[in-house]
Amino acid sequence: MTSTTAEIGATTGVGRFGSISRGRKRALYWSYFFLVLFVIFFLMPPVYMLITSLKTSAEIGAVTNPWWVYHPTLENYITLLTQKNFLTFFRNSAVVSVLVVSLSMVVSVLAAFSLARMKFWGSATLATGVFLTYLIPDTLLFIPLFKIFAWIHDTTGIELINHWWVLIFLYPTLTVPFCTWIMIGYFSSIPKELDEAALIDGAGYMQILTRVFIPVALPGIIAATIFAFTVSWANFLYPLAFTTSEDQLVLPVGIVTTLIKGDVYNWGQIMTGALLGAAPPLIIYAFLMDYYIAGLTAGATKG
Amino acid sequence: MAQVALRKIVKTFDKTPAVQGIDLDIADREFIVLVGPSGCGKSTTLRMIAGLEEATSGEIYIGDQLVNDVPPKDRDIAMVFQNYALYPHMTVFENMSFGLRLRKFPKPEIKERVESAARILDITDLLQRQPKQLSGGQRQRVAMGRAIVRNPKVFLFDEPLSNLDAKLRVQMRTEIKKVHQKVTTTTVYVTHDQVEAMTLADRVVVMNGGRIDQIGTPHEVYHAPRTRFVAGFIGSPAMNFMPCRLVGNNGSLSVQLSDKLRFPVPQDRVARYSGHVGEDLIFGLRPEDIIEKRGDLPPGRAAFDVLLEVVEPMGMETMVYFIIDGVEVCGRVNPTAAGNAGETMPLVADLNHMHLIDPRTDLVL
Repeated sequence: MTSTTAEIGATTGVGRFGSISRGRKRALYWSYFFLVLFVIFFLMPPVYMLITSLKTSAEIGAVTNPWWVYHPTLENYITLLTQKNFLTFFRNSAVVSVLVVSLSMVVSVLAAFSLARMKFWGSATLATGVFLTYLIPDTLLFIPLFKIFAWIHDTTGIELINHWWVLIFLYPTLTVPFCTWIMIGYFSSIPKELDEAALIDGAGYMQILTRVFIPVALPGIIAATIFAFTVSWANFLYPLAFTTSEDQLVLPVGIVTTLIKGDVYNWGQIMTGALLGAAPPLIIYAFLMDYYIAGLTAGATKG
Repeated sequence: MAQVALRKIVKTFDKTPAVQGIDLDIADREFIVLVGPSGCGKSTTLRMIAGLEEATSGEIYIGDQLVNDVPPKDRDIAMVFQNYALYPHMTVFENMSFGLRLRKFPKPEIKERVESAARILDITDLLQRQPKQLSGGQRQRVAMGRAIVRNPKVFLFDEPLSNLDAKLRVQMRTEIKKVHQKVTTTTVYVTHDQVEAMTLADRVVVMNGGRIDQIGTPHEVYHAPRTRFVAGFIGSPAMNFMPCRLVGNNGSLSVQLSDKLRFPVPQDRVARYSGHVGEDLIFGLRPEDIIEKRGDLPPGRAAFDVLLEVVEPMGMETMVYFIIDGVEVCGRVNPTAAGNAGETMPLVADLNHMHLIDPRTDLVL
């Protein structure tokens, strides 16, 4: 700070352009410095995972440079991808995520549209209520959920515990409030005249939603979709609490419970499984990145 | 093609009255402009005709049908909004054809109607563009096109030009007039710009505080305003208002503006004002009726000298401001005749165009 002031003082006679561009350069240097620092900080774990996944158990245990692979092998990948368990986890995760995303988006888009546009008695309170629901940590919810499941079992005889598909009904408790909140923001930022124009043009509420609101708020819908997918793909607590049999597990829990046997950590396979598990969200992010960023900033200025 | 009728229309928003009992008959193919300051209820009135707001009480007729409970899409109206309200994800063609597509018109007819509207508005080569690629004026044309293709009974315009810059606004104003001459449809147009109202309207409806102050042709509202509000609102610069006293002597009348200044009332107005002799009134005279002195005074004109406070050259004319008895008054003089600020200048008031207003009722006498 002091050096900047001194420099401005020194260059006043020379002309302001020089000092401004120099100040900009200095700011850029610092930006780069911190950005590189953060990139290293955040990329270190995945890189380490990749390195470890390419090693044999023997090499992982050996006292060598941990950042270098001396005898690269795909053995871990082959073992995991040919193991029936891992593929079951993957399938469970995929089915759960796809269904949760679809369910959440249908519910939250409809909810958000009605809360944002159809002013009805209590709509504002409901909208706030939806958001407050999101603020409740999910760790607080799983005990009541257990109670509900027990009650359902007692009254109807339907067993909900230890079935992978029950997650399809559990995850929306996390995704729907947030997605609805995002979508309320988006829909509110669409000018009122647009639905009035559509109304006069002859559209009903459903047509206004499908032919005007959804296309216009597409970035928001994509942002919400990515969020819902990430939550349902990566959630650990609920599947850990509600599923136990090996064939009912989803990926995050499956990797941890089946690859750690007692106190034996099969690091190579754990890392491989984690990397493979991280791949789908990564691929989806990469495809939707531009929309996602546009979506986040559009939501930031309004709602 | 239809006439529109409003009967005792009232609209209140949470106990705040916005429109307080409006009666209005709009003839078939007529171009009506609702004009007034913001908050006068003109937009609310338009939105009630569109069906976007429900009237608290009263009746709205389009054609012969009572439409109070008819949803907007079944009222057969088209509306142009201030911010265009184009669907951002659709091309111009899709925007214009949206209403027809929703109503399941056959494709060839949609194409034909859109193209013919595009020709009227001169936007044929924009049909495949997206709204974001268009300028403000082009967007406004598309918004009008969307209304025209529907071939509705009534066009509704809600301040369509106020988002455009001054020059474009004048252009589009002419454009709207041309379009109305080609596509003669009953039109209700809302604006706060009295110049737009004057230039476009068959009849102007001047609204103030949720009520109609006057309905009349542009000529009528300009030259024969019914209330002080209309007199002050229509015309730019606004009409000068000066407190005065009406004095009578031997069958002739005069208005006393200050100790020194007294204007004779023209003979043909004496009968009209004679009942108000001795009353404190408001004297109204438009700036264009206060001009420089040249040659002899025709009947009904009175000369007086003023001390110029401010002089504003506008090019084709010059505005001069001076004080009469503490009130600032504006005159409109020939640029060559205008003096400088601080100088005395001889002026002439054309009293054939004077107005007297009763301050208790705000009505023009």
